[in-house]
Amino acid sequence: MRIPLTWLREYAQVPAGATAEDVMNDLVKVGFEEEDVHRPLDEISGPVVVGQVLSKEPEPQSNGKTINWCSVRVVPEGAAQTLAGDGIEPSGIQEVVCGAHNFEVGDKVVVTLPGAVLPGDFRISPRKTYGHVSAGMIASVRELGIGEDHDGILVLSTLGLDPELGTDALELLGLTDEAAEINVTPDRGYAFSIRGVAREYAHATDSVFTDPASLVEVTAPEGEGHAVVLADEAPIYGQPGCDRFVARSVTGINTGAPTPTWMSSRLRLAGIRSISLPVDISNYVMLELGQPLHFYDADKLDGAIVVRRAAAGETLETLDGKVRKLDAEDLLITDSSGPIGIAGVMGGASTEVSDATTTVLIEAAHFEEVSISRSRRRHKLPSEASKRFERGVDPLVADVAAQRAVNLLVELAGGAESAASTDVFNVSAPAPVFLPSGYTSARIGIEFTQSQIMGSLTDLGAVVEKVDGGYSVTAPSWRHDLVTKEDLTEEVARLVGYDLIPSTLPTAPPGRGYSRTQQQRRRVVQALADSGLTEVLAYPFVSKASNDTFGVAEAGAPRTAVKLANPLSEEFGYLRTSMLPGLVETAKRNHSRGFHDLALFESGLVFLPEDSMGTASIPPLGAKPSDDVLDALYDGIPYQPLTIGAVFTGKDSPAAPVHTPRTWDWADAIDAARLVADVVGVELVVSQGSHQAFHPGRAAELALRNGEVVGYAGELHPKLLAELHMPARAVAMEINADKVFAAAADVIVAKPISTYPVATQDVALVVPAEIPAQTVLETLREGAGELLEDVALFDEYQGTGIPEGRKSLAFGLRFRASDRTLTSDEASAARTSAVELAAERFGATQR
Amino acid sequence: MSDMPQKTAEMPEPTTEPAAVPDPLDEAAIGAAVEHALAAIAAAATLDELKTARLAHTGEKSPLSLANREIGGLAKEFKAAAGKIMGASRGRVAKALAARTEVLEAEDAARILVEETVDVTAAPRRRRAGARHPLSTLQDRVCDIFVGMGWEIAEGPEVESEWFNFDALNFKPDHPAREMQDTFFVEPPEAHLVMRTHTSPVQVRSMLERELPIYVLCPGKVFRTDELDATHTPVFHQFEGLAIDKNLSMADLVGTLEHFTRQMFGEEARVRIRPNFFPFTEPSAELDIWHPGAKGGPQWIEWGGCGMVNPNVLRAAGIDPDEYSGFAFGMGIERALMFRNEVGDMHDMIEGDVRFSEHFGMEI
Repeated sequence: MRIPLTWLREYAQVPAGATAEDVMNDLVKVGFEEEDVHRPLDEISGPVVVGQVLSKEPEPQSNGKTINWCSVRVVPEGAAQTLAGDGIEPSGIQEVVCGAHNFEVGDKVVVTLPGAVLPGDFRISPRKTYGHVSAGMIASVRELGIGEDHDGILVLSTLGLDPELGTDALELLGLTDEAAEINVTPDRGYAFSIRGVAREYAHATDSVFTDPASLVEVTAPEGEGHAVVLADEAPIYGQPGCDRFVARSVTGINTGAPTPTWMSSRLRLAGIRSISLPVDISNYVMLELGQPLHFYDADKLDGAIVVRRAAAGETLETLDGKVRKLDAEDLLITDSSGPIGIAGVMGGASTEVSDATTTVLIEAAHFEEVSISRSRRRHKLPSEASKRFERGVDPLVADVAAQRAVNLLVELAGGAESAASTDVFNVSAPAPVFLPSGYTSARIGIEFTQSQIMGSLTDLGAVVEKVDGGYSVTAPSWRHDLVTKEDLTEEVARLVGYDLIPSTLPTAPPGRGYSRTQQQRRRVVQALADSGLTEVLAYPFVSKASNDTFGVAEAGAPRTAVKLANPLSEEFGYLRTSMLPGLVETAKRNHSRGFHDLALFESGLVFLPEDSMGTASIPPLGAKPSDDVLDALYDGIPYQPLTIGAVFTGKDSPAAPVHTPRTWDWADAIDAARLVADVVGVELVVSQGSHQAFHPGRAAELALRNGEVVGYAGELHPKLLAELHMPARAVAMEINADKVFAAAADVIVAKPISTYPVATQDVALVVPAEIPAQTVLETLREGAGELLEDVALFDEYQGTGIPEGRKSLAFGLRFRASDRTLTSDEASAARTSAVELAAERFGATQR
Repeated sequence: MSDMPQKTAEMPEPTTEPAAVPDPLDEAAIGAAVEHALAAIAAAATLDELKTARLAHTGEKSPLSLANREIGGLAKEFKAAAGKIMGASRGRVAKALAARTEVLEAEDAARILVEETVDVTAAPRRRRAGARHPLSTLQDRVCDIFVGMGWEIAEGPEVESEWFNFDALNFKPDHPAREMQDTFFVEPPEAHLVMRTHTSPVQVRSMLERELPIYVLCPGKVFRTDELDATHTPVFHQFEGLAIDKNLSMADLVGTLEHFTRQMFGEEARVRIRPNFFPFTEPSAELDIWHPGAKGGPQWIEWGGCGMVNPNVLRAAGIDPDEYSGFAFGMGIERALMFRNEVGDMHDMIEGDVRFSEHFGMEI
């Protein structure tokens, strides 16, 4: 909401020198955040004065244009020029070149004299042009920043102005005013008006407020006005769509009369374009009092006005020329011809006020919030009117606003007030709210006095009565947001001042610190960073193709993903089912910036919808749903496990003296996944895997001991890397951290440590190449029996000396007994039985 | 010293003229031989030269050895005198040898250490230095402060039921407040799922799932349909606090925020609240903090919203608003990173440029 200061000053005591910034500083104390300052003088400065055209000589130019060589008197006849400066004629007669033709000798115009600055840092000075020295300019509304019209210069008589020559045109055109723009929160509809903001300004500065509504005297009706029937047969939430409708008529108006500059300049500062006098008046009254109005051409109305819900199939051509299909829930203004407006949202074309209109019917109605809100959204028609109705309009100001519009039409458009008027009034009185005595103090932490409580609430317009145990508070008609004791508590605290609230520190009961999972997550993330990976955070929005590529397939089909109904970009309209798309994109961005050696990881949620998605309905607010309903809400949330992904490209470190970098390979990806599990003490079972995004021969499937697959790691598929313009041999891993964390043991039971001597033996086995080393190792462990303390693969060899299709695996075996020193025979026997089992299982032979 | 390089193996035997064997009783001759030996020892500049001198003057064919051998052939009465002369003389030489050896060995060791000098400034970074994302480090820091106050950390899903995100928080179905937060809706809209627009649904979950009193901090990612620019991002991080207890007041809210702010920004930090509106709190307030370390000097900075929990929110979780009251607050982590760590552009936080995270390393 933008507040022109001259307007605010009419109803509040704003100090003479106060700027828009000062006003915003005061308003922020009562809860209106500052947004912006609109001050024409920041853009334009004088001398800009009223002049009269004395002569106008058309001079055709070689470029086909005709310019006018003009002399303009800029001081009253007989007076001397008091301004001085380069190019300002002491005679008071300026000679200027003007390209426009829409004026005559004798017209009063706006002359920008040398030294003036116009919007866009356009500095005026005497300059040579078309063979003359032009000492100033005759200005158009666009050059002055007060309109869009660029076809010609501003002739002041078209605004109904006939000022004295030499008058400061900035003052005359309202350009010396300024506006403070504040943010109005959705609960405070009343503050979308000068009336509401002036009242709040008075609260903020503890000064006097004059209610503009109190300055309007509503004419006592003489006879019935235009017939109006309120016939809402389908109220929403039981609230009738319209509970008040005031209709007033003004006859014999001149729609072509100009809008006075005081009005148009205030509208402009308030952010509303001047359109025509009737439209300007309706906007002006709305801004001043907060009551949206609608003007009908009374001669185009056909019978009584009926306010009702739409019937099936009805349509309406709205003021913007669009034909709208109406919904049964839309509240309509109708006459015998059918719909003539969507209530509170937009009027219809058929009854629009035009240049030919002579009699205007003014509608000042009160519509219910939800109904307006739904129609506005349904028809995508946000308007100044709907904005106010949705947030609540004072139902008691309708007749005042209508009268204010009548008065302005009479005064400015030469109309005559019709004494007959209509006021259908079904407004119910607000119920008083009980505010218990100590409640406000207890909730705020300030010991409020009775006079502070009663005074604050009375100041904002409420009727407060001291009753047994507290106060009975009836909110003012414009504060429909005050319905609970908490609402009243906020008002008291706000008006007394939030800055008086003291500071006390409540003590939380003994906490349990971080949960196990929170600790696990933090340690894993830290461990990955400690091991040399860089943490990144990507958006979870991905394309369907990315999910299909990187997500874990379900039974041969790409897995289902969550789709957004209103994504920022249709291309990235899905939620990730894998961390890898974001990591790959991030890696590519780094490549493009010259960083090719990368180890990136991200920890975040992936979205893996299962059968149930959401709930068909949601329970109402303000009450705890039943357990069944709550269970359904919980069950409808898609599975979103914490997942950790990593991508590696290039080398593991920069080349340097005495250091040879290594290229990241498939084993690094597996190692990073193992690290995640190691940190929380979980063993990962690594086996040859298959995943469409990975190299078919270099993909590891990662599983828990119980067989549950929790991730993949290895080299990305060469074809995919080429398609993605990623470097060859890039590797990646992804692991469901929630599942890994859950597999961690609560208690790790100690193993006894034998201090008897060790017996170590190595063995090299030649086995078929396709047998996984891990399988051979497990076999050796099984065959060696309990004397085997540890077994590790330390070498793998294929080539000379090893038959085609076979490989040699070298293992180190460590034997030890818990109760004695092993003899070398015992160790050898265990080794032999290990080798025999491998021979039996895979035809392994000793090398 | 045994591993020191020595050239003894290649050293030829000294080819000195077979000297006349001095008489072990001739003190002058023996003395001359000793002086000769001491001079040679002193002149030896390296361990190799010292070895040569040693062989020449204490070797089997050296004058002193030969003279010593003569003692056996002397008359009995001369043996003691000769033995004494020879013993003292050979002792002097042996002592000089030992002393010179020690000096030369020390010199040699020192030389080797000098030769082994490396340029330590050229030491490579063998292991890549990893880094945390500053948003996640800063979030951890915030959590640590609250955990230190006895609060617990609560989390929840990012795709959330509309009920948890809006209705339970007293957002009326048709009220414009519901549109203040530009919401990502999930298909199909009839399923009533949204990307959470704040971490407040976690507050509701906490109230439903935890025992009273409740003091929890809810950090996490939230989503709004803002296009990315220098100061906006559709995905950002918040932390929200919720306290539900008997007799909590707005003064307790102010005190809690003040305590937290001081730990975060130093003892000089302060908080200020201004009236505002949120559906889930009544009274509601906007939170400013006095940031002593702000770029351009100490100043007030808008950081979030707060207020007393609206009784409708308590009712939605089955808590009796006449028995319990509560306060809640919410702040943005991105915003904190901007004013605390002077990050100038939101793009840096989301693009994943490794320079951004690596600049912060493990700290914030």
